[in-house]
Amino acid sequence: MTLDERYINGLVLIGLLALPLWALATDEPFTITLVTRAVILALAAVGLNLILGIGGMVSFGHAVFFGIGGYAMGILAYHAQTYTALDLGFFETDGTNSMPVIWLVAMIMSAIVAFFIGLLSLRTSGVYFIMITLAFGQMFFYFAISWAQYGGEDGLSIYVRNGFPGLNTLVPIQFFGICFALLCIVLFLFSRLQSSPFGLALNAARQTNARVETVGLNPMHLKLLAFVISGAITGLAGALFADLNRFVSPTMFSWQLSGELIVLIIIGGVGRLMGPVIGACVFVALEHFLGELTEFWHVYLGIILLCIVLFGRGGLIGLLTGKEGAHV
Amino acid sequence: MSEPILATHGLNKSFGALKATNDVSIDLMPREIHAIIGPNGAGKSTLIKQICGGLRPDSGRVVLCGQDVSGKTTQARARAGLGRTFQISDLCMEDTVLENAVLGAMGAEGVAWRFWRSALKTSVLLERAEAALDRVGLAEERNSRCANLSHGQRRQLEVAVALTLSPRAFIMDEPMAGLGAEGSKRLTGFLDGLREEAPILLVEHDMDAVFALADRISVLVYGKVIATGTADEIRSSQEVREAYLGDEI
Repeated sequence: MTLDERYINGLVLIGLLALPLWALATDEPFTITLVTRAVILALAAVGLNLILGIGGMVSFGHAVFFGIGGYAMGILAYHAQTYTALDLGFFETDGTNSMPVIWLVAMIMSAIVAFFIGLLSLRTSGVYFIMITLAFGQMFFYFAISWAQYGGEDGLSIYVRNGFPGLNTLVPIQFFGICFALLCIVLFLFSRLQSSPFGLALNAARQTNARVETVGLNPMHLKLLAFVISGAITGLAGALFADLNRFVSPTMFSWQLSGELIVLIIIGGVGRLMGPVIGACVFVALEHFLGELTEFWHVYLGIILLCIVLFGRGGLIGLLTGKEGAHV
Repeated sequence: MSEPILATHGLNKSFGALKATNDVSIDLMPREIHAIIGPNGAGKSTLIKQICGGLRPDSGRVVLCGQDVSGKTTQARARAGLGRTFQISDLCMEDTVLENAVLGAMGAEGVAWRFWRSALKTSVLLERAEAALDRVGLAEERNSRCANLSHGQRRQLEVAVALTLSPRAFIMDEPMAGLGAEGSKRLTGFLDGLREEAPILLVEHDMDAVFALADRISVLVYGKVIATGTADEIRSSQEVREAYLGDEI
């Protein structure tokens, strides 16, 4: 039996919306938090999917942007909650509790860092690209560990979730609503981008650089811009993730997280619109349910991943639609 | 006499002790098909790469429409009007025929930096892409995946993508490679008409096609042009016979 991918996409989004509403009705706030976690991880992975799925760049350092987003939230909120000034050297500013401002800062900072990381890493490809992005990830990780001003290894706790105009973000369903809306917006933008001329050219650059050059386009520029957009999306997810936990720590920069983002995409389907979303749902569900049964739940995750890579190259979406993704 | 569309001036390229390109000066006149022939390893592909970018000559210049493009990147040369086809089809295999053609049209129309409207619904791109597919006879395959095309169809698509660029000059690296007799004949007829649009620098092993099409032929041996002339002149040249053609004629 095969299904149209659009039906699957619609069903997943409806399910993602219905589950927390059901949890709200039955008064199970933890389920809402769990789904929110899946939504945020999905958002981070959508960012990665842009370069991994369309552009063919296997970034093993995307936790950098997740962490930058997290620390953007952490630092701004920390200064707001301690009423201290944030001294940037050339000017001083107060912290903020406003989510939109934090998101903007998170995305801009991630985009700037992505530009420089991309500029250096994109000179390489294949294994070297993976290694160089991993190296950048480790640099940020160890920097965060030794950044005593903001908690170092212990991280930063933020006592009150940041605010969004007109909403009470401490109510789980309202915070979920914010995250879900952002995911939908980004998915919509992703789908536009995928079919746009830029998306077509980026997809071509994954397959053959020489062809792209021969029609007069610069594959490096295409990939760099994709890398920057990708970093900004993952940075936004990082800010939300920190707000979900009201806590930031260097683990947001860890290479395990970079790896998990790749795993999410492979589970769902590389280069597919909803691949990261399905992957994140499966991942969080396994983490929760298997994690209750055994500490060694990663073993089962590994087996599932192995099966998907061996038998369904198009991820779960590929299995359901009967169309294998032609690439990983 | 009019100006050449494309010319190389004293190109040299060595790989260690091997002189792959040795003082090569060739030109391509308007409406001309200029064939480059030579035995395997004569440096034909190396020469093409220096003309199209991708390989920097040790010395010498490449001039396109009076403009020195020697220092420019492959993509800048493509924008300046070089339409190249590859010896081994280099297409986006996962994409459809139409998508491949639209990619070419994007380069020509300069609309790659658009992020909103679907590329396949942008009429300037579609018109250009479909016109090119029509001309090479691939219109019916527009929605086929490139990976599912036959070898011959891929060769046609290579040419179609070059067509979408509306280039000032075509550089074709063995367009007949792997085509059957019938396919070669059809493509020969097609290229013959194409010269009206832009001249063709043709690297080809198929001697029937070369002699049927070429206004001028240059013979490349060990990186050096040993003779340039009309088909008849090349046929009757003793030096060329000894170096290359042997009993092919």
